[in-house]
Amino acid sequence: MVSPTPSSLSLFEKIWRKHLIVERTAGPSLLYIDRHIIHEGSFHAFSALRERGLSLRNPSQIFGVADHYVPTVSRHPKDASTPEITEMITRFETNMQWSGANYFPIHDARQGIIHVMGPEQGITLPGMTLTCSDSHTSTHGAFGALAFGIGQSESTHVLATQSLWQAKPLNLRVSLNGVRNPGVTGKDIILAIIAQIGSSGATGHAVEFTGPGLNTLSLEDRLTMCNMTIEAGARFGIMAPDDLVFEYLHGRPFAPKNGDWDRALVQWRQLYSDPDCLWDKEIAIDLGALAPMVTWGTSPEAALPITGMIPDPAQVSNAALRQSMCDALDYMGLTPGTPLNTISIDRIFIGSCTNARLADLRSAAQVLKGCRSKVPGIVVPGSMQVKKAAEQEGLDQIFKAAGLEWREPGCSMCVGVNGDTAPPGERIASTSNRNFVGRQGPGVKTHLMSPAMVAAAAISGHLTDVRPLLARIST
Amino acid sequence: MTPFITLDGLAAPLEGRNVDTDQIIPARFLKKRRGEYADYLFYDLRFDAKQHTRSDFVLNQDAFQGANILVCDENFGCGSSREAAVYAMVDFGIKAILAPSFGDIFYNNCLKNGVLPIVLPNETLKELRHSLAQTAQTPASSPQPCDLGIRIDLKDCTVSCAYFSEPLSFAIDAFWQECLMKGVDEVALTLGYSDQINQYEQKARENQPWLAP
Repeated sequence: MVSPTPSSLSLFEKIWRKHLIVERTAGPSLLYIDRHIIHEGSFHAFSALRERGLSLRNPSQIFGVADHYVPTVSRHPKDASTPEITEMITRFETNMQWSGANYFPIHDARQGIIHVMGPEQGITLPGMTLTCSDSHTSTHGAFGALAFGIGQSESTHVLATQSLWQAKPLNLRVSLNGVRNPGVTGKDIILAIIAQIGSSGATGHAVEFTGPGLNTLSLEDRLTMCNMTIEAGARFGIMAPDDLVFEYLHGRPFAPKNGDWDRALVQWRQLYSDPDCLWDKEIAIDLGALAPMVTWGTSPEAALPITGMIPDPAQVSNAALRQSMCDALDYMGLTPGTPLNTISIDRIFIGSCTNARLADLRSAAQVLKGCRSKVPGIVVPGSMQVKKAAEQEGLDQIFKAAGLEWREPGCSMCVGVNGDTAPPGERIASTSNRNFVGRQGPGVKTHLMSPAMVAAAAISGHLTDVRPLLARIST
Repeated sequence: MTPFITLDGLAAPLEGRNVDTDQIIPARFLKKRRGEYADYLFYDLRFDAKQHTRSDFVLNQDAFQGANILVCDENFGCGSSREAAVYAMVDFGIKAILAPSFGDIFYNNCLKNGVLPIVLPNETLKELRHSLAQTAQTPASSPQPCDLGIRIDLKDCTVSCAYFSEPLSFAIDAFWQECLMKGVDEVALTLGYSDQINQYEQKARENQPWLAP
C-alpha cells in the first residue's frame, strides 16, 4: 500500500502520531495517554502497583468513578446487594484516597456511568488519548478522542507511566448517507452496522464514522454508535468533532477555560480526516433504508429489523454459522419463522452507557406517557446529572406512573455485577449493549433495542414496532 | 511473569464462535482476587443451574483432564475487557490458546499474563478440533495420550501435533514474542523510557496545558 503523504491523514492517524513517545516501525509503539478513567474493578491494578512499590505518575490525569458495583436503590454502599459488593465499593474508595487522583464517589452529584459522566464533566475532549478499563470506552470517540478499552494490566501500566504500548489498528471508514426515518435512532444504526459486518467485522480496526449523515445525528446518537463499535470488534470508534461537540463542552468542569479554550478550539478544528486519505476497509450505510432493530440471538450481530422474523438456520450453508444460530435459538427459546413483533417479554431495562442519557430517557418517556407497562422493569439514569434533569422535566413521574422503578445511576442490569439481574429464564427488552448468554443473569434472554422500542415493548408486553405509536403521538 | 519458550501440552477443542469473556468468567465472580479464579473458568458451561458438572462440556471429559491448551473458534474472547477472563485461564492452567481470531482486548490481556494467543487459519483449527474430539472418543484401550498433545515453540513460532505432518507456522509481533520469551515486566521496561516520557510531557504541557488541570 502507498503510504499517505503527511497532508493526507485520517483523523485517527493525526491523533495517533501526535501521541507517539517511542515509535517502532513494526509492532507496538509507546503512546502517551492523556487521561485514564478507572472504576471499582481497578482493585487488581492497585494491588499490582502496591506489589511493585509504585504510585500514580500523574494523579491529575486519572479519574476514578464508582459505577459498576454501586447499588441503584440508594446512594449508600451498605445498600449493595451483598456485603462482598459493599466491600468492593469501599475498597475502591480507599484506593482512590491513596491514589490522590480525581474521584467521583457514589454520592457525588457528578457521579454516573463513566461513559455518561465523562463527556458531561468535560473529561472527554477532542484530540486526546483516553483509556479506561472498560470495553465501552470507544464511546468517547464521538467527541473526536482516541479512546479505547484496556485490561487491568494495561491500566496498571497507564497509572504508573501515563503511557501504553499499542499496535496501530487498521482504518475502517463507515460512510453514513441518506436521511433516516422517524423512529430510527443511533442504536438502530449501529445494530444494523454490526448485523452487516458481524461481531468481529471490525476487529483490529479503528472505525471512523463519516459522511453527510453524521452531522444530522444528535450527540447522544453519536455516543451510542461509538459505544457499540466494540460489539463489531473495534476497540476504537471515532467521529470528527463539530460545533455541536464544541458548544457542548464549553464551560464543562474539566474542559479548557478562558484563553486555553480559544487555543484548544484552533487545535480541535484540525481534527478531521483529509479527503484523500487512505482506508484499509470501507463500507457505506444508507440511513434511509433502516428500520428500528432488535436482536434475536446471543451476539449483537444477531440483529434484524423489527418487521422481520426469526431466521432459519437450515437456510445457512456455513456449518459453524448454522451451529451458532442453533445454539442461540436454543438458549433464547425461539423458533425459526416466528415474527419478531410477536415475542412476549417478562421485563424491561432502560439504562447503561449505551442508552441512559437525557435524550434516551426522553424518547422512552414520550412513548410511555399516560400508559401502563405490562411488565415490570427498571429505569436507571446514566448519571446524577441526567437523573436531576429528567426529574426537573417530570420524566421520572411518567416512568413511575407506567409502573416502572426509577433508580439511582450505575451500570446496573447491563452487566449485573451490582446484583441487578433478572430471575432465570426471563426474557428482557433492554437498551443495553450485550445480549450474551447469561449477561443479565443466568438463563436470562436479552433482546437489545433502542429506548423508544423498549418503551413500546413495555406497553405492548411483546416486541413491537414503535413507529405506529410514534405516529399516533405526533398527530 | 514466567517466560514462555516451548510448551508440550494437552489440547482441548472448544467449539463455538464468539465465545465472549462473560462465558469465560461470568460477571458474578469478578470480585475474586488473583489466584482464586480456577474454579470459575467457563463456570456456566462447566456446571448446570444446580451446580452439577455438565458431562458434555469438553473440559469435564476424562480425555481432557489436565488440558493446558485450548483450540477455539472465531472471535474468541470478544466482549468485556475483564482481565479476570485471562486470570481464570492462568489459574486453571491454560497456557496457550489457538483461535482463528481473538477479541482485541482479550488478546492483549493474554500477552500481559504469559498466556500465548496463537492465530491460525479457520479451516486448520476446525480440522484440529475435529481430530482432537475424534481421538478423545476412541476406546479407552487404544488412545495414545500423545495424540492429544501439541508442541508449541515460541522461538520458531510453530505448532506441532500428530494430526499435521508438518509444523504449523504462526505470526506474533517480535516485541510481544520477546516480552513473552523473557517474561518481561512491561512496566519496568517502560520505566526505562522515563526520559522520553518526560520530554513528551513537557511539550504536551506547553501545547495543551488544560489536559492536566
